[in-house]
Amino acid sequence: MSKNWPLWEIFVRSKNGLEHRHFGSLHAADAEMALVNARDVYTRRSEGVSIWVVESKDITASNPEHNGELFEPAQDKVYRHPTFYDLPDEVKHM
Amino acid sequence: MNNSLPFGRDAQRAERVSLSFNLKTNTMSDEQIRNLEEIFEARIARDEKIEPKDWMPEKYRKTHIRQMSQHAHSEIVGMLPEGNWISRAPSLRRKAALLAKVQDEAGHGLYLYSACETLGVSRDELYEQLHSGKAKYSSIFNYPTVSWADMGAVGWLVDGAAIINQVPLCNTSFGPYARAMVRVCKEESFHQRQGFEIMLKLCNGSPEQKEMAQDALNRWWWPSLMMLGPTDAESIHTEQSMKWKLKRKSNDDLRQQFIDQTVPQADLLGLTIPDPDMKFNEETGSYDFGEINWDEFWQVVKGHGPCNKKRMKDRVGAWEEGAWVRDAAMAHAEKNEAKKLKKAI
Repeated sequence: MSKNWPLWEIFVRSKNGLEHRHFGSLHAADAEMALVNARDVYTRRSEGVSIWVVESKDITASNPEHNGELFEPAQDKVYRHPTFYDLPDEVKHM
Repeated sequence: MNNSLPFGRDAQRAERVSLSFNLKTNTMSDEQIRNLEEIFEARIARDEKIEPKDWMPEKYRKTHIRQMSQHAHSEIVGMLPEGNWISRAPSLRRKAALLAKVQDEAGHGLYLYSACETLGVSRDELYEQLHSGKAKYSSIFNYPTVSWADMGAVGWLVDGAAIINQVPLCNTSFGPYARAMVRVCKEESFHQRQGFEIMLKLCNGSPEQKEMAQDALNRWWWPSLMMLGPTDAESIHTEQSMKWKLKRKSNDDLRQQFIDQTVPQADLLGLTIPDPDMKFNEETGSYDFGEINWDEFWQVVKGHGPCNKKRMKDRVGAWEEGAWVRDAAMAHAEKNEAKKLKKAI
């Protein structure tokens, strides 16, 4: 019985100065082949200058059903934003 | 139902609470499911995107797997009628363009398969559905491409109709599908232009060449109209699909849009649309057109088109003949991995 090629997540840096961004995924036997396939699948029109490949199973993702516990603590901390602070109008730039 | 759960008044909060409740129990009353579905529909109505790990009704998941995989299969099978002409292209310019177009189609199939896999279906299952005939692909690819002019007509008409179908999907509710479609649409417009250019060249050529172009239009016109799907009255998925933004316009509206944009282009080429009833309607500002042969459409969908068997034979053949390559690559990767492990120890 043949084994299926694993799934890889593809991240591409569009140009220097920008971060790598998730572009999609593809199947490949190993990392090297994933890089070559990613070149053909996701950068046929010079969309990138650098590619990262990560095997999908190595990514740990948060569960959106736990978004409450995870992200709610930040919601009532308005004092982390500059607009929370009262300043007189005379202070123009701060 | 667990009464100790803190139900807030704020809708967002209620949504979170009921979603986490779903996770803990797995068994929900019909009423709870209805509540979740209402919240879900409201999210889509607010133009929020749904991402793969979000809660979704089972029907949403199934419908998306069906539509996205059909779309992917169409891209993959769509390479077959054109592949035949790569080695027969009349010039290097045409050959390079056709090769790039077919390569794009492979890419589009891959974007869509991987978007589809985020819903928990495996690539192998999807291929199995295509190869066994359980899954459909666009019926237009079951027509033969008998002359070079067909490469022109396919690009101009088939890709033209596909673009009309696909552009609204860039805003569909399922995130991975919408993102894949943005990329597909960006790349697709050259496909139609290269097709039109082929037609234009033939129409400005010898009388025989122009005759070839007219013949291709004659054969591809009606199948292209059918490609936009059954009439609204016959279309079973329309209402639900509109709600989920899998569809923004009805099949009949899309078809009218396609006709209105294509007829003037045929005039420009000096070609005649093969429909004696085609006439501009001053009142509606649109073209009236003749009866579509829906019997033919359903025959082709059911597998009795001119090339259904050949397409599947070619596709399954390519998959089976490539098995040893996939196995060898996997064996090579495993051997390398083992070597690396040994070194580390």
